[in-house]
Amino acid sequence: MTEKYNMPDERGHFGAYGGIFVAETLMPAITELNAAYQHYMHDADFVAELDKDMQHYVGRPSPLYHAERWTKELGGAQIYLKREDLNHTGSHKINNTVGQALLAKRMGKTRIIAETGAGQHGVATATVAARLGLECVIYMGAVDVARQSLNVYRMKLLGATVVAVESGSKTLKDALNEALRDWVTNIDNTFYIIGTVAGPHPYPAMVRDFQAILGREAKQQCLAQAGKLPNALVACVGGGSNAMGLFYPFIDDADVKLIGVEAAGDGVETGRHSAPLCAGRPGVLHGNRTYLMSDDDGEIIETHSISAGLDYPGVGPEHAWLKDSGRAQYVNITDDEALGGFYALTRMEGIIPALESSHAMAYVMKLAPTMKQDEILIVNLSGRGDKDMQTMARREGIEL
Amino acid sequence: MSRLAGLFAELAQKNRKALIPFVTAGDPNPQFTVPLMHAMVGAGADVIELGVPFSDPMADGPVIQRASERALAHHQSLRTTLAIAKEFRKTNGHTPVVLMGYLNPIEIMGYEKFADELKAADVDGALTVDIPPEEAGELTALLKARGVDPIFLLAPNSSAERVQKMDAIGSGYLYYVSLKGVTGAGHLDVADVEAKLAEIRANTKLPVAIGFGVKDAETAKTVANLGDGVVVGSALISQIEANLHSPAQAKQAIIELLTSMRQAMDN
Repeated sequence: MTEKYNMPDERGHFGAYGGIFVAETLMPAITELNAAYQHYMHDADFVAELDKDMQHYVGRPSPLYHAERWTKELGGAQIYLKREDLNHTGSHKINNTVGQALLAKRMGKTRIIAETGAGQHGVATATVAARLGLECVIYMGAVDVARQSLNVYRMKLLGATVVAVESGSKTLKDALNEALRDWVTNIDNTFYIIGTVAGPHPYPAMVRDFQAILGREAKQQCLAQAGKLPNALVACVGGGSNAMGLFYPFIDDADVKLIGVEAAGDGVETGRHSAPLCAGRPGVLHGNRTYLMSDDDGEIIETHSISAGLDYPGVGPEHAWLKDSGRAQYVNITDDEALGGFYALTRMEGIIPALESSHAMAYVMKLAPTMKQDEILIVNLSGRGDKDMQTMARREGIEL
Repeated sequence: MSRLAGLFAELAQKNRKALIPFVTAGDPNPQFTVPLMHAMVGAGADVIELGVPFSDPMADGPVIQRASERALAHHQSLRTTLAIAKEFRKTNGHTPVVLMGYLNPIEIMGYEKFADELKAADVDGALTVDIPPEEAGELTALLKARGVDPIFLLAPNSSAERVQKMDAIGSGYLYYVSLKGVTGAGHLDVADVEAKLAEIRANTKLPVAIGFGVKDAETAKTVANLGDGVVVGSALISQIEANLHSPAQAKQAIIELLTSMRQAMDN
């Protein structure tokens, strides 16, 4: 790459992807948000407040941890974990909600809404809403409410109203539909905190910018600890915010491989998966053009993954662009393989990863042995596995 | 002149307002829709908006969402909705039909094929909820080249600049909808709508159809006095939902409601 990477364009396009595809009723709100975002991202006061919160409230920087035992076991590349699991609330999601909530406050909004899949984004949103004293409503598919009851309880403790969405497939995409409907209805006082790098512009760029702190840290930490840039980055991709946060500061470093790991569910060949980049096609949903899981009639297909946070039929438009341009590579990991990653990290390093992050761990187990011992692989440990204890125990036939 | 332009010109001469029912194609079953369309014309409908069911109808309220789900259970799609429009046209050569839906089915079909299919089915207009004018250039050019009117939505807080954008890129009519909520949710504030319509008219010569809060003959009459056309959707679909055991009864209830609206609007 000769020119410096500068996506998206002013209308939010990443090549053919991204853009603003919403009903006219939402356009004024999107325009207002975009203006505020463009302004405050360059406002010294705002940036200083954000930096302070990232340090003292979120607990940044998160460590870059050299997993020496696991590295030896796999016998290839040196494996470093970016420890987003150690953030307040247990995942990378808080980086973005702290940023958007500060923006909401500056814009004078008094009510926060959000969608959530695994509940990590919902918890991170309820957390910042509690801290700022803002009313908070979280939309969550009824299926996810059932399989992530611990996070539902956390959100309620934090003072949020959790709405179980019963329409469609009752998962993350339906929660997003319902949140959009709420936003149209309550546009004057409500700020919609989207949790991933998808949705209408400016969300994909804005969420990426708030998450990019983890990639910038990883770059500095890697240079400080190993004296050179990594050879490869690995991160799981549902909507793709943790991957985009890690990849973005490295896009112009052409020698650093970027690898996103999608959820293959029962296996991509079975059709029961959540891997639009690997096995979907371009289309338009939730405000942006991107790779989607849709049938020949353009209806959205139900997705499948053991991990609620990856159970989404779309993906951020910047990932679609990175795939088509060849800058990033996207692979997929089945439910069973992800469980292998989950147990491996737990027992080799004493770190219990979230099921989402376990997909990235499982790919590390395939990739690391193919790399040389003087090569470096950074994997984003995007969240911790506490929320998945019930799911895992149940799989083992244990009732907690 | 397109069928829609001709219709609104004729209505303006007669000082009448267009009655525009919206129904979802294939709700509650695919056989129901064509006879219903003919019956609605008989009850005084001037234009028919035919909803294309979509799995993720983000801008619609629960009533139209459930209509979509019922139609999708019968595998109603963009292709089969085009077939319904074609079937209707076999015995009705004058009533404009507008397809209303979301963009993804059109993206998957391909813009050019979609435009060709609309022309082949003799459909008059296409309203795509989630494509604002900024993204619609390619699609509208293909539609216009085939004599199909691209129809755009306006919201209460659409600026004068946005109305001018719709005016430049849209044709047929503009559809003014509620901001405060999804379809089926709006309540009518007459003074607000009146003031907004004056502002819209200052920026476009296109006819303006108004689509929210229209529940009965009385609200239809009130709205008719404010714009050039009245769109009624959720109130009709509620009749389908209330009579799922008897589609014949649902049809009868829809016809009675439309007839009462027509009478109130014309008197």
